[in-house]
Amino acid sequence: MTNTAVHMEGQLHAPAHGTVATAAVHAKGQQHPIKLYLVVWGWLFVLSTCSYLVDYFGLHGYLRWSLILLFMVLKAGLIVAVFMHMAWERLALAYAILAPPIAVLVFVAIMVLESEYTHLLRVLFFASPS
Amino acid sequence: MAETALTHTAEAPERLPGWRGIAADWASDQRAFKNVSWGKAMMWIFLLSDTFIFSCFLLSYMTARMSTTVPWPNPSEVFALNFAGKHIPLILIAIMTFILISSSGTMAMAVNFGYRRDRVRTAALMLVTAAFGATFVGMQAFEWTKLIREGVRPWGNPWGAEQFGSSFFMITGFHGTHVTIGVIFLIAIARKVLRGDFDVGRRGFFTSRKGYYEIVEIMGLYWHFVDLVWVFIFALFYLW
Repeated sequence: MTNTAVHMEGQLHAPAHGTVATAAVHAKGQQHPIKLYLVVWGWLFVLSTCSYLVDYFGLHGYLRWSLILLFMVLKAGLIVAVFMHMAWERLALAYAILAPPIAVLVFVAIMVLESEYTHLLRVLFFASPS
Repeated sequence: MAETALTHTAEAPERLPGWRGIAADWASDQRAFKNVSWGKAMMWIFLLSDTFIFSCFLLSYMTARMSTTVPWPNPSEVFALNFAGKHIPLILIAIMTFILISSSGTMAMAVNFGYRRDRVRTAALMLVTAAFGATFVGMQAFEWTKLIREGVRPWGNPWGAEQFGSSFFMITGFHGTHVTIGVIFLIAIARKVLRGDFDVGRRGFFTSRKGYYEIVEIMGLYWHFVDLVWVFIFALFYLW
C-alpha cells in the first residue's frame, strides 16, 4: 500500500513544482490523481447497490447479515483509506486512530451477552417469546 | 516562528517500517504525528471521539433490539415508498445513501483541487457537496414527517417494539445534525476559498490563525466521517 502511495505522489509532484515555489510546499499534502477518487466513488456506488439489493431480494438469515456486514466493512474501508487518506498517513497516526475502536467491538461482545441475558429473563418472567 | 512550527507541516523525517516506526514517532521529540499538522491531528482525534458517540448509540439500539420480546418493526416495510403505483422497499434510504456518497466524491475532489490552488473549482465542488448535504437533510426531514404522521413516537409505534422510535429518532437525528453542521461549515470554508483567504494566508476571525488549503482537507475529513457513519447506520439500522 505504501509503495503505491509513494509512487503516485512521485507522479504528481512533477506538475506541482512547475507552478509556484510556495505551491510545492502545500502540494506535499495529500496529492493523488482524480481518477483514483472517481474509481473509489464508482466502487462505493456498486457496493451500496449490492447492499440495497440484499434487501430488495429479501435475503434472510446468516446470508443477509454476512453480506450486509461485508459490504459495510468494504465501504467503510474505502472511505477511510482513500477519501480520508489514511492509507498514506504514517502508521503512528493510523494506529492511534484505528486501534481504539477495537474497544467498541469488546463493548459489542459484552452487550450481546448482556442483552441475551435480559431477553432470557424477560421470556422467563414477563412475556411469551417472540 | 513558533506558529509556523505548530500549524505547518514540517519536513517529515524518514519513516522506519512497521512497529519500529510507530515507536520511533511516539518516542520522539515534541510531536508524535510527524507530517500531520495539529489541525488535522485534532480533527482526527475529534472524529475518534465522535466514533465512540455513534458507537454507543448503535450499541444501545442493538441492546434494545436484542433484548426485547416484542417483534421489531421490519425496516424494509416501514421505509418503503409507493412510486408510480409500485411498492418499493427502502427506496428513499437508498437514494439518500447515493446522495451522501456522491457528496463524499465531490468533497474528495475539492480537497484535490484545493491543494492544486484551483480556487474556483475547489469552491464550486464544496458548494456542490453542500447542496448534496442539504438535499440529504431535506429527504431526512421528509422521512421524519412521514413516520411521525404514521404514528411513530419515541415511546411507541403501530408496528412493534416501542424502542424502534427512540432508536430511530436518536440515531438519525444525531446524524442529521452532523450533516447540517457540515453543510454550514462547507459554505463558510467555500466562501473563504473563493475569496482567496488561503492564497494569502489571511487570518481567521475566531482563532486569528492563518488559513491554508489544508483546512479544505480537514473539512473533508469531517464530511467523509459523516458519510462513514451513514454507512454503518444504513447497514445496521435500515438493512439489518
